[in-house]
Amino acid sequence: MLEVDIAHRLAAFELDIHFRTGRGLTALFGRSGAGKTSVVNAIAGLIRPERGRIVVDGSVLIDTERGIRVPAHRRRVGYVFQEGRLFPHLTVRQNLLFGRWFARDSAPASCLDDVVDLLGIAPLLERRPGRLSGGEKQRVAIGRALLASPRLLLMDEPLAALDAGRKDEILPYLERLRDQASVPIVYVSHSVAEVTRLANTIVLISDGRVRAVGPVQEVMGRAELYPLAGRFEAGAVLAVRVAAHDARWRLTELTGAFGKLMVPLLDAPIGTALRVRIRARDVILALTPPIGISALNVLAGRVEALVPIEEGALEVELRLGGERLLARVTRRSGEALGLVPGRQVFAVIKTVAIDRRSLGRQDEAADLDDGVEFFEG
Amino acid sequence: MLDFTADEIDAVRLSLRVAFWAMLGSLPFGLATAMVLARGRFWGKTLLDGVVHLPLVMPPVVTGYLLLLLLGRHGPLGRFLAESFGLVFAFRWTGAALASAVMGFPLMVRAIRLSLDAVDCRLEEAAGTLGAGRAFVFMLITLPLIAPGIVAGMVLSFARSLGEFGATITFVSNIPGETRTVASAIYTLTQTPGGDAGALRLTLVSIALSLVALLAADLLARRIGRRIAGE
Repeated sequence: MLEVDIAHRLAAFELDIHFRTGRGLTALFGRSGAGKTSVVNAIAGLIRPERGRIVVDGSVLIDTERGIRVPAHRRRVGYVFQEGRLFPHLTVRQNLLFGRWFARDSAPASCLDDVVDLLGIAPLLERRPGRLSGGEKQRVAIGRALLASPRLLLMDEPLAALDAGRKDEILPYLERLRDQASVPIVYVSHSVAEVTRLANTIVLISDGRVRAVGPVQEVMGRAELYPLAGRFEAGAVLAVRVAAHDARWRLTELTGAFGKLMVPLLDAPIGTALRVRIRARDVILALTPPIGISALNVLAGRVEALVPIEEGALEVELRLGGERLLARVTRRSGEALGLVPGRQVFAVIKTVAIDRRSLGRQDEAADLDDGVEFFEG
Repeated sequence: MLDFTADEIDAVRLSLRVAFWAMLGSLPFGLATAMVLARGRFWGKTLLDGVVHLPLVMPPVVTGYLLLLLLGRHGPLGRFLAESFGLVFAFRWTGAALASAVMGFPLMVRAIRLSLDAVDCRLEEAAGTLGAGRAFVFMLITLPLIAPGIVAGMVLSFARSLGEFGATITFVSNIPGETRTVASAIYTLTQTPGGDAGALRLTLVSIALSLVALLAADLLARRIGRRIAGE
């Protein structure tokens, strides 16, 4: 349980942040320079906010009104920095055990073997950081932070300095960490792909302020937030499970609260929980269930809101059995179909628009145009 | 040719002892001063920086004379130290060590400060988030990372001591067996008829000592440097 309520001024930039979040992975999401890193630095005690209060698991880290300020080294807040920051004069093993030395009596220490296993760094233990690849360094940095028995783990764009292949290498470890380690994580990112794949909760930050807090599906399904997040293509996120595979036609059937979705064959066992991101522009709207068309997915829903986005276009927010979906249509079509909130519509999604693309291959440019993706979740 | 007289051997021994203690004695002060100059933010820092560097630019005789005024038998500090702690510098080998330490001090501070400036503060920050307080951060992160600078500073101080002449002879004179270091001995021998051979012998010793010190330091610094580079 994390509670942040801080105000801070940095030159001309004003930070004014309030949010609460719980277990799992909370992504601080927003464009570069929005103030995300300042927030985690304040939580870690690396900057001193002018005013405010931060509480982790019931213990106050800072409360300017009551004059409480716990120094950084007593906060038991783990921090994985963008550039790793491994100690160059120590071996990997010594780096990993560095924090445990100080955490000895304050917490049940995570076992070195477990963490080494979780992160797959056993072969690196006797090496020095100078001889590690970028991805290996980041895994060691994560392990080092974990072994200090933190109450909260902060990660500031831990993948930003890595190339696509290395990102691929680390993402599965981050997912395991989120699901297996009991420590809550605050994850700073400006990548919609990373956030969609990893986050349980999104805190959208723009210009030093929190614009939205909520589950990933909820926040990603709100069209009006996209301009605040950066130049990302709008696309809703659906929670699904693998229901069946059709080897003959090379298709996989997914089910969710909204109904069924046919996608190209996935290499995932039946029952696997996934997230699917569907770009707004890949969705067609119809007033009646269309017949005689090639698209395999027709989902019934209701219009919830219409958001004009640019010349001639509308972002339509839909409710599909508790899930949100976004569709982009022209204003002319919106008028012609008589789209108003409450109206029943059918969303048509081409199966082939939903291609299995490995997340790691998404570099920053691809983020702007990342189509439909699947994420273990 | 290499028949050293007892006096010459005494001078060599004394020089090594003086240089060793000058180096060791100034180390904690050098480290503290370098820390203050590299990390501190306070009024008068530029002044402190200037004072530390004075021995480098002043004539050594001036430094020696100031030491004599301050720490001589009748100097204010000298009398206090002699009466309270029985610590006498004037005309003793300890005085020679002190003069050498003062002369080598700016070199030591400079070397350590340069390596401190090169330390990545973000590593110290990271150590803090792992639970290390300031003292531990210094001992476990900062100190190992500046080790090459410390070694370099110690060698510079040691080598400077071996070559010290002006401040030493002014402060503690040139007493055989007590304050006559290699440099003073060479000076004396060149002033003595028939002392040429002795002066040459000591000159060779002096060159050899300086070379060995520099080579050893280079070797050590390189080994530490490799370790710190994380390889």
